Amino acid sequence: MQTSIVQKYANTPQGQQADAILRKCVHCGFCTATCPTYQLLGDELDSPRGRIYLIKQMLEGAEVTEKTRNHLDRCLTCRSCETTCPSGVEYGKLVDIGRDLVEKEVPRGFVERLTRQALISVLPNRPVFNALLKLGQTFKPVVPGALGKKIPPKRAKTPWPAPRHTRRMLVLDACAQPGATPNVNASAARVLDRLGISLVTAPEAGCCGAVAYHLNDQAGGLDAMRANIDAWWPEIEKGCEAIVITASGCGVMVKEYGHLLAGDAAYAKKARRIAELCKDMTEVFAAESLEQLNLSAQEQKVAFHAPCTLQHGQKIVGVAERYLREAGFELTMVADSHLCCGSAGTYSITQPELSQSLLKNKVEALEAGRPDVIATANIGCHLHIETGAQTPVKHWIELIDDVCGA
Amino acid sequence: MTAIQSGLLDQAIIDDRRARIVPKLQAILSSDQLKVTQEDLAPFETDGLAPYRRMPMVVALPTDKAQVIAIMKACQSEDIPVVTRGAGTGLSGGAMPHEGGVLLSMTKMNAIQNIDPDARIITVQPGIRNAAVTQAVAPYGLYYAPDPSSQIACSIGGNIAENSGGVHCLKYGLTVHNVLQATVITIDGGELTLGGESLDAPGLDLMAALIGSEGMLGVVVEAKLKLLPIPQVTKVVSAAFDDLGTAGRAVGDIIAAGIIPAGLEMMDKLSLQAAENFLNAGYPTWAEALLLCEVDGTAEEVQEHIEDVTQVLKTAGAVEVKVARDDAERELFWKGRKSAFPAVGQISPDYYCMDGTIPRGELPEVLQKISDMQDKYGLQCANVFHAGDGNLHPLIMFDGNDPVQAEKAQQYGSEILTTCVEHGGTITGEHGVGVEKINEMCVQFPGEELTQFHALKRAFDAKELMNPGKAIPTLNRCAEFGHMHVHHGEMPHPELERF
Ligand SMILES: Cc1cc2nc3c(=O)[nH]c(=O)nc-3n(C[C@H](O)[C@H](O)[C@H](O)COP(=O)(O)OP(=O)(O)OC[C@H]3O[C@@H](n4cnc5c(N)ncnc54)[C@H](O)[C@@H]3O)c2cc1C
Ligand code: SF4
Ligand code: SF4
Repeated sequence: MQTSIVQKYANTPQGQQADAILRKCVHCGFCTATCPTYQLLGDELDSPRGRIYLIKQMLEGAEVTEKTRNHLDRCLTCRSCETTCPSGVEYGKLVDIGRDLVEKEVPRGFVERLTRQALISVLPNRPVFNALLKLGQTFKPVVPGALGKKIPPKRAKTPWPAPRHTRRMLVLDACAQPGATPNVNASAARVLDRLGISLVTAPEAGCCGAVAYHLNDQAGGLDAMRANIDAWWPEIEKGCEAIVITASGCGVMVKEYGHLLAGDAAYAKKARRIAELCKDMTEVFAAESLEQLNLSAQEQKVAFHAPCTLQHGQKIVGVAERYLREAGFELTMVADSHLCCGSAGTYSITQPELSQSLLKNKVEALEAGRPDVIATANIGCHLHIETGAQTPVKHWIELIDDVCGA
Repeated sequence: MTAIQSGLLDQAIIDDRRARIVPKLQAILSSDQLKVTQEDLAPFETDGLAPYRRMPMVVALPTDKAQVIAIMKACQSEDIPVVTRGAGTGLSGGAMPHEGGVLLSMTKMNAIQNIDPDARIITVQPGIRNAAVTQAVAPYGLYYAPDPSSQIACSIGGNIAENSGGVHCLKYGLTVHNVLQATVITIDGGELTLGGESLDAPGLDLMAALIGSEGMLGVVVEAKLKLLPIPQVTKVVSAAFDDLGTAGRAVGDIIAAGIIPAGLEMMDKLSLQAAENFLNAGYPTWAEALLLCEVDGTAEEVQEHIEDVTQVLKTAGAVEVKVARDDAERELFWKGRKSAFPAVGQISPDYYCMDGTIPRGELPEVLQKISDMQDKYGLQCANVFHAGDGNLHPLIMFDGNDPVQAEKAQQYGSEILTTCVEHGGTITGEHGVGVEKINEMCVQFPGEELTQFHALKRAFDAKELMNPGKAIPTLNRCAEFGHMHVHHGEMPHPELERF
């Protein structure tokens, strides 16, 4: 598409990157077809092509108001549009830039800033989040309606094998996960232990940086990334093979460390190395021989929800499903599997109505095949779907762990 | 490329019209269904043909028929033009807004109203995506045949307005052969039901006039579409050639052998490489041209035809012929073909998609001429097209930020269309006339036809408020164009700047 970026942005790295992305868009509209918000709202301005146009206008110096900001806020950053776009438009990067600029052009009101700041401080902060979670779980029976539903059920912790192998991998024991779904990483540790790999954590590591980064606190996000690099580095120097991520939302972020910290002389090289070492659980499996696990599932029907950060963000499609099938599970058909469940990081909190509509559609699609269990690969989707589904929800690695034979 | 700036209404007139119509529309629509500020309007200024842009005065997004009727009445009483927009994937600027008019965006009206699997009929609102229709009826073993390459996104309303074709129209026809009934709202708010559920409806066949009328007669608010049973077996052959002309001749050979493929499509090297980059479909990227030939029917029919096609292609000089191994690979082959236009966006910031037709026999010569023009204009041109029906889509690649290149692309396009007409073809195969090819219409119809077109339009829309300035040129315009049409139509629009 033709562009004419105004002077103010034309000479900035952000402006140049945005321009390069915009020039790739040929305005064909294909991306609108798979955008969840466009499907719900039917308004060009809530479609990827419309948002691209809104960002283009801003960069071309047109007046912007909170309307542009709202349309960008409503975007889930699910990147379904990227998967669909034949021209290779990197929408995810463009919208990050667009959000940053619009935030400066049209600052938010006090109350909204406060909520967003609260999310940035609480979610990534493990002790605070866990304390709140415990409180919530205790009072869940008396917490009213929608809010009560949001609190995940209590789950007992299961054992984590002591490190005994020479092959070691780090696992990101991320902000919300250890408290809300403690068994996911424990399951991963047990399965990998059988494969001759010890899974270890770096206690200092924390949130991957996604929460802050996607609420447009980009500096805060980058700080979280640097802290993680520092926390992981000693293990990496000792020869740890990979950084395993069981939450695809965190994985997609850690894989971007190299790109995001490229301008930081002190961290650029390390960040690149970390990004290379980062592996989604499916990718760890790909390199191992699974026969030793003696997987033998019996007549269990599974509906798989592919998180956006797995299928669109990391472009890993159909892989977890394949492992589940190989393990003996029966996978049910799930319509519109490319669509977001509405969790999308903090979206369920910042855009409750749209998020609930997406959740309703998603749960219907997942439960249509009457599965015994719903499996997924990301903590955000896991907890979100759980609030709407009658069927139990698990991480796929928990299912694999359940059916490992002697 | 520039937005259209000359020949526009004065701002004062636009402001006055806006002041008159907005209160009326506010009484009909909620605030999020009405766009009036520059910020909200700009994303609607163009469709799939991005070089042509014009700011709408107002955008309205109705959610039901009653709202459409009320909007039409309001516009008629205030003498304000209405331009209907579907998914905005059109490639001739048909949905380009009017600077002093209301743009009616139909995207909120996208519901399926009824599926009757026994009668094989689906009733839909016009904003539904073409591919969503087929997806919805697949569980009944049915599908909707017309499949434009843009089917993932384009709307049924747009398909009807453009009489869209697709890769399967060779065997199953265009939109006009697959729509049974349409409900249309005319500019005075009247409701017309055209066609009927049976094959031959009584009365004048106004459906045929509606289909392909580019939003100039009324707004389609509902359509009943004919569904077909999914063929028992479908297979696709892919044939790679090391020469474009040879591939062109092979197309004629297949048809001459008495085979009617379900689809017969060709991609040249540039386009197949772009599509391969996007999808990894396994296309032979070394090839100068790739032919995709689909056959469907019963298992025996398909088996027999696949053997025949393979034989014909080999004899015609194909270097590599292979049959897609399963449905997944077949779908991938087609997805690559259908994504080829926008995939070219990876190689070039802008492209100008042409849409000429020629008799099949002329393919080798015309393809060569188009290819030779690359040097003359200093621009690359990819070619993807519906080979079976001789519908060419040359994609001229250029950089829209460079005015010289944009101008050259324009001239290149004109020369291609002129070449098509010289070889006994037409200036539009399926993308419609819109604003883009309105002058060429004067060349295509030098006689009485234009007068009759206008008379038909006025019968529906006496004040000529529906999508004015599109599809049928005025006689004045043609007089002016004919006067200036000395060198292959290389001339600027009188009031519409081409890009
Ligand atoms: C990559 C790409 C590939 C394409 N491939 C093909 C192809 O293979 N075959 C083909 O035929 N076309 C193709 N097209 C062109 C385009 O997709 C079709 O013309 C399509 O039918 C347009 O539908 P739309 O909903 O996008 O309509 P729009 O572009 O929004 O509008 C097109 C015209 O329809 C009118 N209109 C829209 N809705 C209504 C309604 N409800 N009532 C009355 N009038 C209405 C508009 O006024 C306008 O004149 C392609 C386009 C792209 C971008
Ligand atoms: S699919 Fe890609 S090129 Fe087409 S409009 Fe969307 S972002 Fe632009
Ligand atoms: S990221 Fe998701 S919600 Fe945002 S524009 Fe793309 S498809 Fe739509």
